[in-house]
Amino acid sequence: MDLNLALAPETLARWQFGITTVYHFLFVPLTISLAALTAGLQTAWVRTNKEKYLRATKFWGKLFLINIAMGVVTGIVQEFQFGMNWSDYSRFVGDIFGAPLAFEALIAFFFESTFIGLWIFGWDKLPQKIHLACIWMVALGTTLSAYFILAANSWMQHPVGYRIDEERGRAELTDFWLVLTQDTAVTQFFHTITAAFLVGGAFMVGISAFHLARRKHVPVMRSSLRVGLVTLTVAGLLTAVSGDLLGKVMFKQQPMKMAAAEALWDGEAPAPFSVFAYGDVDAGHNKVAIEIPGLLSFLANDDFDSYVPGINDVNKAEQEKFGPGDYRPNIPVAYWGFRWMIGFGMTSFGIGLLGLWLTRRRFLLPPALRTGEEEVPRLVLFRTKALSPRLTGWYWRIALWTTGFPLIASSWGWIFTEMGRQPWVVYGVLRTSDAVSPGVSQAEVITSMTVFTLLYAVLAVIEVKLLVTYVKAGPPELTEADLDPPTRIGGHDHDADRPMAFSY
Amino acid sequence: MELHNVWFVLIAVLWIGYFFLEGFDFGVGVLTKLLARDRAERRVLINTIGPVWDGNEVWLLTAGGATFAAFPDWYATLFSGFYLPLLLILVCLIVRGVAFEYRHKREEERWQANWERAIFWTSLLPAFLWGVAFANIVRGVAIDADKEYVGGLLDLLNPYALLGGLVTLTLFTFHGAVFAALKTVGEIRVRARALSLRLGAVAAVPAVAFLLWTQALRGDGASLVALAVAGAALLAAIAAIRAGREGWSFALSGVAIAAAVAMLFLALFPRVMPSTLDDAWSLTVTNASSSPYTLTIMTWLAVIATPVVLLYQGWTYWVFRKRIGTQHLADTH
Repeated sequence: MDLNLALAPETLARWQFGITTVYHFLFVPLTISLAALTAGLQTAWVRTNKEKYLRATKFWGKLFLINIAMGVVTGIVQEFQFGMNWSDYSRFVGDIFGAPLAFEALIAFFFESTFIGLWIFGWDKLPQKIHLACIWMVALGTTLSAYFILAANSWMQHPVGYRIDEERGRAELTDFWLVLTQDTAVTQFFHTITAAFLVGGAFMVGISAFHLARRKHVPVMRSSLRVGLVTLTVAGLLTAVSGDLLGKVMFKQQPMKMAAAEALWDGEAPAPFSVFAYGDVDAGHNKVAIEIPGLLSFLANDDFDSYVPGINDVNKAEQEKFGPGDYRPNIPVAYWGFRWMIGFGMTSFGIGLLGLWLTRRRFLLPPALRTGEEEVPRLVLFRTKALSPRLTGWYWRIALWTTGFPLIASSWGWIFTEMGRQPWVVYGVLRTSDAVSPGVSQAEVITSMTVFTLLYAVLAVIEVKLLVTYVKAGPPELTEADLDPPTRIGGHDHDADRPMAFSY
Repeated sequence: MELHNVWFVLIAVLWIGYFFLEGFDFGVGVLTKLLARDRAERRVLINTIGPVWDGNEVWLLTAGGATFAAFPDWYATLFSGFYLPLLLILVCLIVRGVAFEYRHKREEERWQANWERAIFWTSLLPAFLWGVAFANIVRGVAIDADKEYVGGLLDLLNPYALLGGLVTLTLFTFHGAVFAALKTVGEIRVRARALSLRLGAVAAVPAVAFLLWTQALRGDGASLVALAVAGAALLAAIAAIRAGREGWSFALSGVAIAAAVAMLFLALFPRVMPSTLDDAWSLTVTNASSSPYTLTIMTWLAVIATPVVLLYQGWTYWVFRKRIGTQHLADTH
């Protein structure tokens, strides 16, 4: 690639968007899932009064807060970046794209940010159930936020409910309800949320395994492990299901993206699923291909013999429709991104499924192998055969090492879906090259990209160190104040000088 | 009233909400250096805004999102035009949010001192830069026929804009000091009151000068009324803190901020970003706005959601209504 292209405003703006968005999305899925999981643990505490659930709530809640802080602040950049680097995009789509963003801010962000403050500082200010409701509100806020922003993104993937105003040179909204409810938005939301819980499940399992392997904080970590394994397995299954649904939608709406994902150069009936491919992008064919016959046809159309168009076919069709040009995305990125997404995600799912089986409870387990609430669960492979301590150690280790796998998967999922749509920013309507800010100089974009990259790198180091410290410290001991929640809003007033339960 | 006018008002309301609320939490951030004498006092100050700063900041995100939806061209020109100042503000807001959440997570002296320094600077800079940005919007900038900003960075640092920055910085610091007096107890409260009085005097001079300059620049009858309200409220706020009426003083300093922001918007109307090159190229409520359909949907959203937000955000302030002093600080965790 020559230097002019590498430093073109479009290239730089795309890199900046990629860096800041992938980084932001490292925190988002964990925030979404940990909010709900922490809320679930706190609900268990309120309902059962078992102290281990309160300790678990405090432990996971703290990790959640360390994480959401980063999610919130990196999200601010997202809100303004469209205007800064993509002003022509903003002018062209603002009539449509702005509305879900405003909905997100006014409905979801206010929810999230206000109730998170109430939750953090509210332990001694709010009655138990109201305090519990606050964390559920946060969880609801994060999920709503995901919905609105995904509806906006879905419109870029598959624009609906709009018309082009030639006079003003922009797209205008004609059906907001359609934008919010089109199948792209619904399936993309389903897939993103289930993947978020895959991230949270793996996070809980990995950290619980770390402590259980050391026989520390056993009652809390035993319960956490179970919550994590169930989450991981159920979410893994649903992520696969929703991924399949989203894939089918994409085969219809963006055949190029899916052909690129499979490095399927020429249409075939039946079309095979590619296990490994190495090809020549310029010549438009694969040199090496290992394939499973018919599977791609099935994934696309639920029919093993159906026709699936290839990259060259779609490229030709788009040239006829939109004029001369290259309508192919970066094929190797799409192909490998798609595979990393599935590979990393499903590995974690497998680890969850295996763990669920190994730690299964009473009804499938002979009495001799059962363990009590205070004990590290025994990993049992067959009816009478427990894993050796060495293999048990390996299971814990693998669970810990793969903690971040679903995060890698979701990052690649986004890189795939966004780069797979190129050269379009709004599919079939607006090209990415027509979307950048004409008035922003190269120097300005390089400055902001450098600043964000360095700042984000420093913050990542700080954040990870802090997480590790708090993970290692384990769940906190409870204090008397923890077990004496207030009965009225505003807190106890019998002692005006009583210290706050929490302060910054 | 036509919908684009309604949205002009609503955008003004969002910015008023933002400056009223984040105004005092920026101010409190600045006071961590000006008022607090030791770590414990700095912590008291930080904890007065602890539960609420994040919710306050959402007013900015909402203003941004609503501008994108209701006036896409305004959003596009403003944020691509004011690129580097906005970058600086974003960096500050990122560091500031992390600083609040991470400062107490370690006991080490250096760790905490660094984050406290960060809180001071990342409160001070945006408090100043927002004034610079708004002054430039009102004054007008070089916008061409394609609605693009064609000026440079230095054009944004003109005397009027710098005065605007000084106004927001001093006004927010005063507002924050009154808030601190209202929310703390003990010795720090006494000093907060005394400092408020001095800060009020410091804020009043540039504020009055800036508003009069604005009136001379683009004023009309309505903006003159807002100017009078802002000036009167500011003086009354100073008088109230002198009389020891912290609640009144805080409400009045809030009114002063609200009226000052309202004055800027009144001076702007019907433009949203005047062009200094040719007034025909100015962005206005009509040539920068979204379609009536989008504005209708947005209006429904605003009508339903805003009262609910005000209700639960107001409730938060009521939950955390107790004053705090050094004796209330929890052990760090």
